[in-house]
Amino acid sequence: MSEERSGAVILVESLARQGVEFVFGYPGGAVLPIYDALFNDARIRHILVRHEAGAAHAAEGYARSTGKPGVVLVTSGPGATNAVTGIADAFMDSIPLVVITGQVPTGLIGSDAFQEADTIGITRHCTKHNYLVKDPAELAGIIDEAFRIATTGRPGPVVIDIPKDVQIASAQWNGAPPQKESRYNPQTRGSDKDIARAIELLANARAPIFYTGGGVINSGPHAADLLRQLQELTGAPVTSTLMGLGAFPADHADWLGMLGMHGTYESNMAMNQADLVVCIGARFDDRVTGRLDAFSPHSTKIHIDIDRSSINKTVTVDLPIIGDCGEVLEQLIAAWGNRKPQNLSDWKARIDGWRTRKSLAYPRDPQAIMPQLAIERLFELTKHLDPVISTEVGQHQMWAAQHFHFFGPNKWLTSGGLGTMGYGLPAAIGAQLGNPDSLVIDIAGDASIQMNIQELGTATQYRLPVKVFILNNEWMGMVRQWQELTYESRYSESYSDSLPDFVRLAEAYGWKGIRIEDESQLDAGIQAMIDHPGPVIVDCLVAKEANCFPMIPSGAAHTDMILYGDSVAGTMDDEAKALV
Amino acid sequence: MMKIKQEQSERHVLTITVDNEAGILAKIAGLFTARGYNIDSLTVADISENHSISRITIVTHGPPAVIDQIHAQLDRLVPVHKVVDLTEMGAHVEREMALVKVAGTGDARVEALRLADVFRAKVVDTTTSSFVFELTGTPDKIDRFVSLMRELGLVEVGRTGVVGMMRGAEAA
Ligand SMILES: Cc1ncc(C[n+]2csc(CCOP(=O)(O)OP(=O)(O)O)c2C)c(N)n1
Ligand SMILES: [Mg+2]
Repeated sequence: MSEERSGAVILVESLARQGVEFVFGYPGGAVLPIYDALFNDARIRHILVRHEAGAAHAAEGYARSTGKPGVVLVTSGPGATNAVTGIADAFMDSIPLVVITGQVPTGLIGSDAFQEADTIGITRHCTKHNYLVKDPAELAGIIDEAFRIATTGRPGPVVIDIPKDVQIASAQWNGAPPQKESRYNPQTRGSDKDIARAIELLANARAPIFYTGGGVINSGPHAADLLRQLQELTGAPVTSTLMGLGAFPADHADWLGMLGMHGTYESNMAMNQADLVVCIGARFDDRVTGRLDAFSPHSTKIHIDIDRSSINKTVTVDLPIIGDCGEVLEQLIAAWGNRKPQNLSDWKARIDGWRTRKSLAYPRDPQAIMPQLAIERLFELTKHLDPVISTEVGQHQMWAAQHFHFFGPNKWLTSGGLGTMGYGLPAAIGAQLGNPDSLVIDIAGDASIQMNIQELGTATQYRLPVKVFILNNEWMGMVRQWQELTYESRYSESYSDSLPDFVRLAEAYGWKGIRIEDESQLDAGIQAMIDHPGPVIVDCLVAKEANCFPMIPSGAAHTDMILYGDSVAGTMDDEAKALV
Repeated sequence: MMKIKQEQSERHVLTITVDNEAGILAKIAGLFTARGYNIDSLTVADISENHSISRITIVTHGPPAVIDQIHAQLDRLVPVHKVVDLTEMGAHVEREMALVKVAGTGDARVEALRLADVFRAKVVDTTTSSFVFELTGTPDKIDRFVSLMRELGLVEVGRTGVVGMMRGAEAA
């Protein structure tokens, strides 16, 4: 039966049909009709954030931890512009979001109306696709396509900008799925010929390595299982990008740890010495490759990626396979049959040699808690609970990547591509909503946590027991570290002055606050955090000037890692300084 | 002191078939600026009976790896149906149209008309002291004509930018 419905109602019905459980949003004039349609809707739960950036990051955390698309609803103008950082973040890290923005009425577009912003123009290059809806009759079809675009192929954010008059005007609605032929059909399977060639390379390699990334996580939990199977068959060691952590279990004998700028010695050396690199769902980012002309110089390279534009973008590969990581892994496993790999014992022995460098080791400080130790203890005391970890951006993020270990996908939420401070707290909130029974911890820095600190109120309102574990070094530590290493310790504006009392701040928001000042309090403080049924901030005071090593300075090769104990000049030439 | 580096580049002609939706041109042109690609010329017009599809021709230049990236980046935009690199595909036709206004009297005027004839330019407007010529051809031919007219009283030039198509019976 077909009836007339307002655009706002069609929107809400379409979201419900997509199975949307949560909408992360903030109201305003240009979305009032949608908020009215949501009023008392029993199917969709609206989560009222405290800032639209929080909405977008919360939706990202929900999406990354559940594998489902995150949905955001914000008003026109400042609502939309506030959400842009989260949209850009989701674009860089391939996170599926559908972001609905209100817009001024159609007739006022272009007139500099109150709270008008060119949302379509602003988000054009940080969305996978965006729409300005001009007619409520198009809405159902657009929403359907938007979810398909956000979630299939290489996932990403899609913006739907809806003028207020289009929310109020009516169109036919019959509840049936719109019959729009799909114009978006990404290739998901590799060709048989390429699969056969990949198998031949894998079977003949004497020093192979799997270099895996966020694409394996995006492909779904089965892709992580398939990665394990293919690894069992071939015996090749595995390293991962920051975004891919968790796809391969960290307690496996062939796990090398993360690679790249703050990766382990063994993973970077193995990349450098490998004769075959199989890149699965990663994109040869500059944080991973280091100096390009010295990147894995002796290897044949296979690149499996669903996005053709990632192929040969920075590193030229020998065998590109365009397809979904999971599907291609399945094809590879099937094609492997009962082959035997080469004897890799020489290769493994060399790797074991590199492991003996113990590149993640750090000196202890009798006066202060080393931040690495704090992460290690946090890991030891929570691992049996299989927690979900989010982070902010900085040294604490890299220490978490190095010293917290993951055994399955969707447990690690971090802003990799854009490196957005302020991501972690809202992401933890989104993850907690999607995983109500999980322990969710934001590993934070003293500076980053202040970027979306207002979201403490959101967790309080929805009774979300998220934990924020601040490695408080009283510095923008990562900035300070770069200044120490490249600008002769001229610490320009990197001191975290006038920090709030985080314990009292927690209490002001109705959270529990715990301060850890001494190593002797570390385990008990962490345990008290775990045991408290509600939200907790732990202000863990750590060594103030610890550096994050290993580190490949920008513009250096994988073999030029700085390890603890190396002396560093504290200067750098202009060519190297100019690199990001 | 550090200097900014420049790289070797090649000229390529790309045709892009797109959904004729609002903002598509900004999306394509903006992709070029956002990623630092060059646009030497860009033409666009709706080519389907029901006005739903447009064809864009872009002339660009860059190192081969960048040209390949441009192709891939265009391909991943949702409203883009097809990208053809005519330069890569081989034998193709490129044409551009220009309107060229020349003013003058006496010998210069006679010479302008004579050269126009050599170039098979048509006179589409005339006064006693001026001509507007219409000329189609390769960009190179138009360049040459315009540079000759410069000596004979060139007033104004308008060019469409290149449209291109593969030779032979098949669609690209
Ligand atoms: C929004 C944003 N602004 C600036 C930066 C640059 N930046 C990267 S790390 C960092 C310092 C982070 O300090 P803190 O949160 O205390 O973490 P720490 O490095 O001390 O662990 C800054 C300013 C960024 N990544 N994001
Ligand atoms: Mg800090």
